[in-house]
Amino acid sequence: MKTGFWTRLLVAPLSLAALVAFWHVVATSGFVPRAFLASPEAAWNALVRGFTRGDLRDQTLSTLWRMAAGWLLASLGGIVIGAFIGLSKRARAYVAPTLELMRPLPASAVVPVAIALVGLTPGMALAVVVFGSVWPALLATVHGFRNIEPRLAEVARCLEFPRLQFALKIGLPNALPDILSGMRLSLTVALVVTIVAEILSGQPGLGTAILQAGRSFRAPDLYAGLILLSLIGFCGNALLVVAERRLLRWRSIN
Amino acid sequence: MRDLRAWLLPVVLLLVWEIAGRVMATDSFAPPSAAAFSGVDAVVSGELPIATLQTLAAAVGGFLVGAGLAVPAGALLGLLPRLDLALDAPIEMLRPLPSVALIPLSLMVFGFGLRMEVAIVAFATFWPMLVLTRSAVAGVDRMLLDVGRALEMGLAMRIVKLVLPAALPRIVVALRLCLGVALVVAVTVEIAANPQGLGYGLVIAQQSLKPALMLAHVVWIGVVGFLLNAALLSAERWIRRRRGDIAVMS
Repeated sequence: MKTGFWTRLLVAPLSLAALVAFWHVVATSGFVPRAFLASPEAAWNALVRGFTRGDLRDQTLSTLWRMAAGWLLASLGGIVIGAFIGLSKRARAYVAPTLELMRPLPASAVVPVAIALVGLTPGMALAVVVFGSVWPALLATVHGFRNIEPRLAEVARCLEFPRLQFALKIGLPNALPDILSGMRLSLTVALVVTIVAEILSGQPGLGTAILQAGRSFRAPDLYAGLILLSLIGFCGNALLVVAERRLLRWRSIN
Repeated sequence: MRDLRAWLLPVVLLLVWEIAGRVMATDSFAPPSAAAFSGVDAVVSGELPIATLQTLAAAVGGFLVGAGLAVPAGALLGLLPRLDLALDAPIEMLRPLPSVALIPLSLMVFGFGLRMEVAIVAFATFWPMLVLTRSAVAGVDRMLLDVGRALEMGLAMRIVKLVLPAALPRIVVALRLCLGVALVVAVTVEIAANPQGLGYGLVIAQQSLKPALMLAHVVWIGVVGFLLNAALLSAERWIRRRRGDIAVMS
């Protein structure tokens, strides 16, 4: 925050241009085999070609849809279940230790199990994304609802808030910072699980596209896919950071 | 655990799973008892221990490469705000690339085996480690840096003697988090592509219709993650205590 916003805005495109130039120099120098490192121009051409032909666009859209739908469902489920667990001391005593036990399990380890149980369907891929990305949102929500300022809880008791009202008017605003950062983490996981699910199940999408591009040594297409995935990750995160700032503006006032 | 209520849910889940598994045992689903037997068999036959070692080797190797590059780079960025400004945008563009997206590229360059997995784990641990080290170093007391300047220390000297020790507590936390990431990424790479380790064992068990072995792998992967985290937490506490002793003595 020390450097001004405008300086950053000025430097960012310059340094990105320098990155592309560096990439160009390395790719054309012959130092790295061309089969492994496509030049930025080749990657750009592959991007344009893929989008005019339409196949890359469809793959991008299906990956985006799978990621976004899975993430939204996971966030919704995580917030509802997390609120319930976070608000009720009893529910916490029963459920929280089990959740802690399941947390270290990599989300991708669920994919083979889901393939065994459900088969290679689009629904399976979505379900895996939901299951994999629900944990950060869920655990963050539990944490947020659990640490409510005791005085606020007392106020609610004096006003004789019903439970639902307490959850919505005091619990939710209190948990919002945790929920939002949990959702941001969930989005990262959702993209990762989407790619893994696509690679394993062969469902159409960018994961499958880059795997096939790599297998047939089509480096430009591979880098085009990597650029798109990087953009998806960057934009998703940036959108959520902006949303976070807007939704949490009220907190910085006091 | 003193609270018995914590055990209720896992026990109920296991019972339901056991009954469901026995009623409809198929090529794709098995009860936990069968998974346990199959897990014990896999341990005795050496399959599971070897796979565990392969996965841990790839995770730790990739982590060492990634963190080994990221800690000095992050320290430089934290110390030199101008360099940080210049490299901020490229870092923010490269960082969000999901590490699993590099599987096809790494496969193309290295082929199957340890190296391609190490490369991806190194990429995955490099970025969080870089960013966390950068903020840990940037958070070091400016007074210390002034002391370094007054003593006319060189940059490398300042980093090694002043900055890294001061930033160490936060760097240790970052190392623990990143080693956890490394294990998850290693298993994921094995599941998606690389024919070795626990992740591959899991996929092969599923594809050869051995649901009991598959579930044993899933549970074991969770246990390894849990144990690794617990070990790192106690290592972190140990380091903190030692540092505390040194601070008191000097």
